[in-house]
Amino acid sequence: MALEDLCNFEDVFYPEITTERFSVPFGRKKACGYVTDLPFRNNKSVLQFYIPEAVYLDESPIQFGQINPVPSSSAIPSQESLLTSSSLPTSLPFASSQPVPLPFPMSHGTTTLAFLFQGGVLAAADTRSSCSGLVACPASQKILPIHSHLVGTTSGTSADCALWKRILSRELRLYQLRHGRRLSTSGAAKLLSHMLHPFKGTELCVAATLCGWDGGEQDDRCLDSSSKTTTTPKIVREMTADASSEKLSLSLTQSSSFTQQTTSEIISFSGPRLFYVCSDGTRLQGKLFSVGSGSPYAYSILDQGVQWGLTVAEATSIAREAVFRATYRDAYSGNCVDIYHITSKGWTRRRREDLKEEYYREKERRRLERETQPDVLQANTRSKQKTS
Amino acid sequence: MISAQAFGDPGKMKDYHYTGPVEHRFSPYAYNGGTVLAVAGDDFAIVASDTRLSEGYSIHSRDSPKCYKLTDTTVLGCSGFHGDCLTLTKIIDARLKMYKHSNNKTMTSGAIAAMLSTILYSRRFFPYYVYNIIGGLDEEGKGAVYSFDPVGSYQRDTYKAGGSASAMLQPLLDNQIGFKNMEGVQHVPLTQEKAVQLVKDVFISAAERDVYTGDALRVCIITKEGLKEQTVPLRKD
Repeated sequence: MALEDLCNFEDVFYPEITTERFSVPFGRKKACGYVTDLPFRNNKSVLQFYIPEAVYLDESPIQFGQINPVPSSSAIPSQESLLTSSSLPTSLPFASSQPVPLPFPMSHGTTTLAFLFQGGVLAAADTRSSCSGLVACPASQKILPIHSHLVGTTSGTSADCALWKRILSRELRLYQLRHGRRLSTSGAAKLLSHMLHPFKGTELCVAATLCGWDGGEQDDRCLDSSSKTTTTPKIVREMTADASSEKLSLSLTQSSSFTQQTTSEIISFSGPRLFYVCSDGTRLQGKLFSVGSGSPYAYSILDQGVQWGLTVAEATSIAREAVFRATYRDAYSGNCVDIYHITSKGWTRRRREDLKEEYYREKERRRLERETQPDVLQANTRSKQKTS
Repeated sequence: MISAQAFGDPGKMKDYHYTGPVEHRFSPYAYNGGTVLAVAGDDFAIVASDTRLSEGYSIHSRDSPKCYKLTDTTVLGCSGFHGDCLTLTKIIDARLKMYKHSNNKTMTSGAIAAMLSTILYSRRFFPYYVYNIIGGLDEEGKGAVYSFDPVGSYQRDTYKAGGSASAMLQPLLDNQIGFKNMEGVQHVPLTQEKAVQLVKDVFISAAERDVYTGDALRVCIITKEGLKEQTVPLRKD
């Protein structure tokens, strides 16, 4: 299924896992349509998408009319054959029922949080990636954009989270291409939960909150970029005016499905949504989640301050405060904080803030309070002396 | 043959005292030591590794460098279990050739990094015990370093140390290249000469304190002119 498609060039490289595939010649892989049969194969355009590595993405990875898509080996079309349990990578050549004990630790430990409010969804996370006592990376990215209106926070093993997010992005994009509309957050959460289900009981560890904005699909359905609605007509015009054949055919499909959309039903729900998905099978909808080793500390700040009526600035400062308190007390969280805000127009990211600055600001505030405090104390004692 | 057993403590020997009869399971992994380091500059990248191949108390070879040239602009450094390093580099070479034949261009560093991530993750439940660092030039000609964990989580950095002495080298690089935790210091961009000198000094220090690092240092410097290699002797004890 998904894992195998993404990672396995199974015909060539893993003969020891399924011996019956070993004799399949190399050429069959090509005939499956990846290289030669796709009509848009030579066109470096929208049907091949490239998700760059987890550096800061200033724009959503899935965009209609992407400028620079690089066909990468991850864009393998899903195989028609169903995944049988024997072809999962879990089947070991040693045929031992116990898994091989790993000689190295995996990265864990984090604080991530997300909540709904009137301005959309706010997601925040720290940036420390620890590996049994060592900080493997002080600047990792734990909030990964999945598409223009969906963002996922990751907690657990970072490799699992990064790869499963990639798989989810690919499946959501395929859904969009096949059905002509974006899958809702609820649907994305269900998809992720079902994809992780075969790995229940293994040491895969993914605990993600999916934060998204559903609806508004008539506006940017066929151009799922995070552009505002005002730019939509302009892009459509550009596409139709372009003389090249493949772009014309693309725009034709756009306009035909656009007319379909106007006659189809209005989607039932529109607005911000928050789901928690875990590799043990949990899938919960909610208004406020915090995940990770630092989550108890974050919950205390969030429970105190989060309400529906917050402004964006207030919500951002509460989220930052919550992550700051969690990093202060939890050894496995630290370094900087990433804040993402999802609205009907898509997600935006704040510049990464080092929590060291927050710590010094807090110290400064305390110091100023202490300086004004003694006057208050003296006034109190004087008044007490007068009355007594 | 003694293989690494302790979780989270690679390569170090356990204390020996009698705990009762113990069943030893066969472990398919071994730990062969070695340190790899990569630094990215504005128009260059450096990948350096020591050349000692050890196992337990023995040294198998003093001339086994851990930098592998992938393309003219990309070098992979891998340390950990040597058997997995060899297989992994063979697989990467084959995939590079396949890409070249089907797409008629060489893979860029970023694409190699993404591909390596999926190759490593495909073995999520029986991982390659390899710590990889890719150093090279990106499409714009700037230096790029991508560091990986054994199961495929990766990201782009400016500098990274991996392998047995990584915990000693990484803080030093944080300070000297990243200017971390230094107040009032001017952030001077790193020149190629200074970077090479820093790498040599840093490995000499690592060889002092880490038993699995030593013998010789192989430095690969990647610029748009191509690849240059230097070998510097280190402590042999």
